Amino acid sequence: MNIFWEQVGSGLVTGGIYASVALALVMIYQATHQVNFAQGEMAMFSTYIAWSMIHAGLPYWVAFVLTVLISFVGGVVIERVIIRPVENAPVLSVVVVFIGLLVIFNSLAGWIYTYTIKSFPSPFPSQPLFGFRYVSPHGIGAIGVTLVVLVLLYAFFRFTPLGLAMRAAAQNPASARLVGIRVGWMLALGWGLAAAVGAVAGMMVAPIVYLDPNMMSGVLLYAFAAALLGGIDSPGGAVLGGFIVGVLENLVGAYVIGNDLKLSLALVLIVGVLIVKPAGLFGKTLVTRV
Amino acid sequence: MAALLSAAKLEAFYGPTQVLHGLSFDMQEGSITTLLGANGAGKTTTLRAVCAMIRTRGEISFDGQRIDARGTEDIVRLGIAHVPDGRGTFVHLSTEENLRLGGYTRRDRHAVAADIERMYEYFPRLRERRRQQAGTLSGGEQQMLAIARALMLKPRLLLLDEPSFGLAPLIVGQIFDIMRTINQKEKVAILLVEQNAAMALELADHVYLLETGRIVISGDAEAIRNDDSVRRSYLGY
Repeated sequence: MNIFWEQVGSGLVTGGIYASVALALVMIYQATHQVNFAQGEMAMFSTYIAWSMIHAGLPYWVAFVLTVLISFVGGVVIERVIIRPVENAPVLSVVVVFIGLLVIFNSLAGWIYTYTIKSFPSPFPSQPLFGFRYVSPHGIGAIGVTLVVLVLLYAFFRFTPLGLAMRAAAQNPASARLVGIRVGWMLALGWGLAAAVGAVAGMMVAPIVYLDPNMMSGVLLYAFAAALLGGIDSPGGAVLGGFIVGVLENLVGAYVIGNDLKLSLALVLIVGVLIVKPAGLFGKTLVTRV
Repeated sequence: MAALLSAAKLEAFYGPTQVLHGLSFDMQEGSITTLLGANGAGKTTTLRAVCAMIRTRGEISFDGQRIDARGTEDIVRLGIAHVPDGRGTFVHLSTEENLRLGGYTRRDRHAVAADIERMYEYFPRLRERRRQQAGTLSGGEQQMLAIARALMLKPRLLLLDEPSFGLAPLIVGQIFDIMRTINQKEKVAILLVEQNAAMALELADHVYLLETGRIVISGDAEAIRNDDSVRRSYLGY
């Protein structure tokens, strides 16, 4: 039974990471109807930036905040400079651009930082809190950080005028322009936020899986499965999907197919969801009248 | 008196297809002008051209400034509100969120809140449905919401595209009454595109009749209403 709860516990930890990346994917999908295949590599690159700062002597949380800010700006710049020119291009062209970004970030990281695995510090104490043995202190901290980020994002979109404008621009760009919203900048902001969320996810997962240029490729696959499971246009669904996939991955790996084949669960989920219920668990079907 | 809105030799295109062929017209401050014509005459296209939603050539000026080279967001911020055909409601958001978005570009939060209340005075049905998802409102309610959202911009010019479309005659009557009130109380000029020529002629001061992208008749609404031959040949009644 101990093993079961340990698997559930660590599943929730990684689930939180998947939830964050899945949320970033959904945010960009809602605004552009495109899946950002480069989301994982951008997060990985952000984590390397944090690593460089920590290695240069900056305190962890200073490096954390700076990395989030730099990633935000980077996301905005990428949208304005690389994505905007192809915004009306055929779908395949956009997909190729995303894959190009993926390869560029991956290779850039490998070139600058080499492919040697690096360790990434955790800001959380190493002593288990309250003697709780099922989840490591870093794990609890990571879940906490994930939840804080998610709550902040939710509050931003739900309660601030800018969040409302971003939702409007994503749902109906033509009408958004007619109320004076600069839709292009709303998209750029969305990319910035998604990049920032990805950076947080990267910094939370790096202490667990160690930092190397291929760190996020598995995470991206799970996050993609989570986003599809929850509904590719549902932020809440993406978050729930993340936690479900995290726990499921560990339980299936421990009890059914063994750890080597864990990743295939993600692929099975992706194909399964698309065949059985493409809208996912919470993908919305809304009633509209003419 | 200088015109509020004027267009000179306006041409408009959907892709390679030219739809407007050198329109020239103008509107005075506070007036109500209606664009009439058959389906495909170019009425909706004219409104879209004013808001730069499609490719145009020629000159458009608003309040003395050229607007034909600007983007939709900037034109709207100058004081032109457009209620598009199909309403353009943010269907996933609530009624009140739609109204708040109408006030997005305005600085004064208190004035915006006060204006939302005023919209509920004009359209009590919307107050009942303020937290409801806008996509579930009836056609008439969505039309009222679209007009209210446009008014939240405090525009000097309101572009209305077929407000009567798909609505019961009773509701159409209510909406036209409200438009008359808005024109008088808020001093908003209205450029109205309508298929329902009879109702449009009751409301408007001035009429332009379009046919395949050209203005064929221009005149006083009163005169056109009383001109049997025009009514019979062009407006079908």
